[in-house]
Parts: sequence; C-alpha cells; structure tokens
Amino acid sequence: MDGFVIFINQIINGIQVGSIYALVALGYTMVYGIVKLINFAHGDFIMVGAYVSLFSVPLLVRMGVPAWLCIVLALAACALLGVVTERVAYKPLRNAPRITALITAIAVSLLLENLCMLLFSSSSKPFPTVFNKSIFNLGGVQFNSITLITIVLSVISMILLQLFVKKTKMGKAMRAVSEDGGASILMGINSNTTISITFAIGSGLAAIAAVMYCSAYPQVNPYMGSMLGLKAFIAAVLGGIGIIPGAMLGGFVIGLVESLTKAYISSQLADAVVFGILIIVLLVKPTGILGKNIGEKV
Amino acid sequence: MKKFLTLALAAVLAAGMMAGCGPAAPSNSSSAPADGSAASDAAPAPTGDTIKIGVLAPLTGSVSTYGTAVKNGLEMAKEEINAAGGILGKQVELLIEDEKGDVTEATNAYNKLLSQGIVALIGDVTSQPSNAVAQLAADPSDGTPMLTPTGTAANITLNGSNIFRTCFLDPFQGQIMATFASEKLGTKSAAIMYNSSSDYSQGVADAFKTTAEAKGMTVVSYEAYGDADTDFKSQLTNVVAANPDVLFLPDYYEKLALITAQARDAGFQGPMLGADGWDGVLAQLGDNTAVVDGCYFSNHYFVDDTDEKVATFVSNYEGKYNGEVPNAFAALGYDSLYIMKQAIEAAGSTDKAAITSALQAVSYSGVTGDMTFDENGDPIKKVAIIKLQDGAVTLDSKM
Repeated sequence: MDGFVIFINQIINGIQVGSIYALVALGYTMVYGIVKLINFAHGDFIMVGAYVSLFSVPLLVRMGVPAWLCIVLALAACALLGVVTERVAYKPLRNAPRITALITAIAVSLLLENLCMLLFSSSSKPFPTVFNKSIFNLGGVQFNSITLITIVLSVISMILLQLFVKKTKMGKAMRAVSEDGGASILMGINSNTTISITFAIGSGLAAIAAVMYCSAYPQVNPYMGSMLGLKAFIAAVLGGIGIIPGAMLGGFVIGLVESLTKAYISSQLADAVVFGILIIVLLVKPTGILGKNIGEKV
Repeated sequence: MKKFLTLALAAVLAAGMMAGCGPAAPSNSSSAPADGSAASDAAPAPTGDTIKIGVLAPLTGSVSTYGTAVKNGLEMAKEEINAAGGILGKQVELLIEDEKGDVTEATNAYNKLLSQGIVALIGDVTSQPSNAVAQLAADPSDGTPMLTPTGTAANITLNGSNIFRTCFLDPFQGQIMATFASEKLGTKSAAIMYNSSSDYSQGVADAFKTTAEAKGMTVVSYEAYGDADTDFKSQLTNVVAANPDVLFLPDYYEKLALITAQARDAGFQGPMLGADGWDGVLAQLGDNTAVVDGCYFSNHYFVDDTDEKVATFVSNYEGKYNGEVPNAFAALGYDSLYIMKQAIEAAGSTDKAAITSALQAVSYSGVTGDMTFDENGDPIKKVAIIKLQDGAVTLDSKM
C-alpha cells in the first residue's frame, strides 16, 4: 500500500469517528441552543439508549421484526428519560444561576452511570449485529456500510432539526423561549412544554447515536457515555454551540484531528490534541467556527 | 461571552475528572461473597493438633473475583488433604483474612495472622499487597515462608529467599508467545499493539518484542493506545500497511473484542496472538466469534485438558461450587496448598526455615503443570498455548 492510499484510509477512519461525534454533538447543541444548559448527562443518555437497544434486540428478533427497529424503542425510552430528567432535576433550577444547573447535570450523569452499574454490573456486554456490515474496497481504500449509515443519519437529523427549528410553529416557540423566557410566556407560549419537547428531541438523538455507536463498537458498559460525551461536547463548542450545522462540522473536524494525530504523530497524544483544541477555541473564538460574535444580553 | 468561556472550561474540568475516575475500577460486585469474615473455616480438630497456614485474599472490593476464586481453590485442596490424613498426621487449618485488595489492610491482616501462629503464608492475590507483605515476611526477624499464588509483579519474589510464587510472570508469556510464533508458526514479521496505561500489557509487549527480535523476526509496527479508546482503526491501518505475518495483542478480553473485530475490518487476515488476558474473549465477542479464528494465546492451564489431574480437579471443583468452571486463579490457589504440603512433608517439621529450604528444592506436578522454583523463587513451568477456532478453544501445545 502506498502512502497516499494509507492517507485516504486514515481520512476515512477520521470521518467514521467524526460521524458518531457529530450525531452526539447535535443533541448537545439542540438542548444548549434552547435552554442554555450544557446537559452533561447527554453521554449517559446514550449509554441508557445502548442498554435499551441491547435488551430489546432479542425480543424484536423473537417477534420476527428487523433488529434495527430497536432504534425506535431506544428513542422512546431516551426521550422519556430526557423529559423526566428535565422535570425532576433541571426545572426546579430554571431561575438558579447557570452553574447550579451545570453541576446538577454532572450529578445526573453520575447517578445514571452508577445506577446502571448496579443494575447491569460494570462488565462490558457484547452488542448484537443490528445492521449488516459490508465492507467496500476501492483500490485499497476501505469503507464500511455502518459509516455510510451513520453519516446519512447525521445529515438527515441535522437537516430535519434545522427545518424544525426554523420553519415550524414549535420551532419558532423554541427560538422565542431561548431568546427571552419571560416575554415568550407573555406572548402565550407554554415554555414548560416547549422545553420538554426540546429535551425529548435532544435525548431522542442520543438514542440514534447509541445504536450507531454500538454498531461500530459493539460493546455496552456503564461508562461508555462519559468520554464519548466529552469529545462530542468539544465538537459542539468547536463548531459553535447552539448552532446546528456547527455540531456536524465540529464532529468531523474532531474525528479527523484525532485519527490523523494517532496515525502520524502519536497515539498517546490524540486526546491531548483534542482537548488542546477546546482550550484554543475558547481563548481565540469562544463562539466557535460558525458562531457570530454577538454581545451578551443584559 | 467571557461568562460562557469560564463556564465551559469549568465544566470540562469537572467532567474530565469524572471521566477520569469512572472506568478506573472495573469490578464484579455481584460475585462478592456473603461472608467476608476472617478465619471462617475453623478446622474440626482443636488447636495444637493442626498445622496453621495463613491465607491473604481480597474477598470483598473491586478485585474480589480473583480473591474468591483463589480461596475456593485453596479450600477444596484443604478438604482433600484433610480427608487423606492431613500433613505429617495433622489436620490443616486455613486462617483466611480478607484484605480487600488494599496494602494497609493486607499488612494489618498479616500481623494478625502472625500472632495467631501461622507456619506459612499463602497469598496475597494481587501484586501490590503481595509485595508489601513480602517485605515484612522477608525480614530476618520474621522469615515466614510465603507463596503467592497469583501475584505477577517481578519484584515480589526479589524481597527475600523465603518468598515464592506459583504463577509465571507476565513478561514470560511474551517470551513464550514470541518463541511460539517463530518456531511453530514460522513467523518472519510481527506487529504489536499494546495498552499504554496498563503495566501488564506493556510488560508482555516489551518481552515479546525483545524475544521476537532475538529470534530473527522483524517487528514492523509497535503501536500504543489508551485505556479509554474504543476506536483503533488509525493504528490498525498503519499495522495493515506494514503487512506483518502476526499481530500480537496483550490486553484483557473487553478491549480485545473491539480490537480484533476492527483488525479484521481493516483487512488483517493473519493470526493474532495474546496472553492470558484473552481468556473470555469469545463470550465478549457475542455472535461475532469468527474474527478470532486461527488466533492463539497463552494461559496457566487449559480447562478441557485431557490430563488426568486437570480433569479430576475441574470435575471436583464444578461439583463443589455448583457447576462453576474453575478459572486459572482457582487452579493456582489449589496448586499452592499442595506445594506447601509437599514442602512441609519434605521438611518433616513446621519450622519456618526448614519449610523455606524445602520449598527451594520442591519439584511439584499439579493442575497448572510440572514445576520447580528458580533461584528467585519464581516457577519454572510450561505455558499452555490455546487455539481459537469456530467459536471454541482447544489446547494447541505446551511449551
């Protein structure tokens, strides 16, 4: 294999990881964009989604329906979990300082992790095959079907989200709540419902990410969400948190940087480089690549 | 935007700490035994007529699976020995202390055992507490003969001439697998991928590399990855590009399930080799066991070995512990008590110095193979090489 083919393969490896980050980052950005809350439990919603899919696949297979329908069950479970979490943990803090809500989010994350550890033990469980994996080989360049499905799903989710937020009435309500919660209530918008729906959608995205992640890396354990969530958060910040296309862009950039660092610099430095990018972005352009510099509302 | 900057940085710091401590302690809490009490198995005979052997093992906490297995193996051996008339006509009494995998607890427990009058110590199970206790036992004022069934760190037995171990050291498996690759598989080139946050993985990988190069093989690729990684495609793309005959992967089964599958995706078709951490990889792969077809790993013993000693041990153990298949820890615990028995009988007394010199000369044949001790107190024994094919394990050879 010559150097060029290897390079192309490394780019594809990066896109593969990046597509997963992008899908997860969409969920972060969605919630942040509306509620201005960095939902650190998002990574753990993915973990819960993964367990729900893991346990529903044998049931679905026994009922004779395709295994990939586990995505529907996981979606429902995660959306419900998101709404319940918001109602129980975040809603009472809506008028508290932002840092309080953030710390609560970290607490929810730890709670979910430890709960799952108690229920399912800390050892990893193998994830069954949900999508048939076929590998395409074009002159030494390898590509597999799961990557294609992940990218397609990420792009579709991004477009649908963008349309939903920009074109529908509910989307308009979301933007209004995000702009000014108090004024939107005066205009007759039910801000509680709007925020609940935001969480439902954001968490539903976590379920899709869970199934795609587990198809690419077929293993489920209670900690799987923490590192993944953190990297996706960096992707969201890099692209411009709150901006839907930014999450996609950030995800792919992080994936590519990680893969190329591992391949050409040092595999031990990959995480350091990714976290270094976050620090640089926050120092140089805190609004992210696609972010516009708008003055803070007072 | 300043506010967001501070907030986000604080958040990442906090979450980073969480992510850092999260996966650090993979434990199997479900298998912790109900009784963590000390010396729960008092021998039927009254004190004075028994030979007291101390046992240190983690029976609760994150490494309790290992401790429990060793304890089960030891207790089975004790029952067999006592039923056959004991040692030197006396019944064996095991004084078992739970040290929770902790260095301080182990030290305290060891002092307690000493005050109870033990003649020898079997334990500890994991490397760090074993080393702490070995330092105490090696002190000339103490001199209690100590045999660790499973402590693999090289420095444990270097503490003194009265410290021994039943298992082989980690690097030894790397040497054996490199020899196996070169002599049995005719390998000319190898690639190695190791976990840079694991002493075990790195130690075995280094030993493999040194031996492989000494045997005339070329190590075409030597790649590392982190403990939290799930994607290894970048390293594997480089490995495949270097076109090695074999790929050596010393790590534990959870990581291996991911790496082996991704290695096949990346286009590696040769055999993958590994050490005892591979035990359990088939269950971890679920419905995807085809990826490890034609792979080999080394282990302390092979459960389905047709050797009579192994077969009897496995069937008795399954009978005693509700069908639980004995792992290598149980087998090493079992062998350890028999080694101690042989040494005490050869010494003809329970004098600590006499037992130590008898251990140095012991030549034992048991479940985990035929063995003698070298000048450091480390075993000279054979390694079982196990082959994976069609979702099953078979014994390939012993070397």
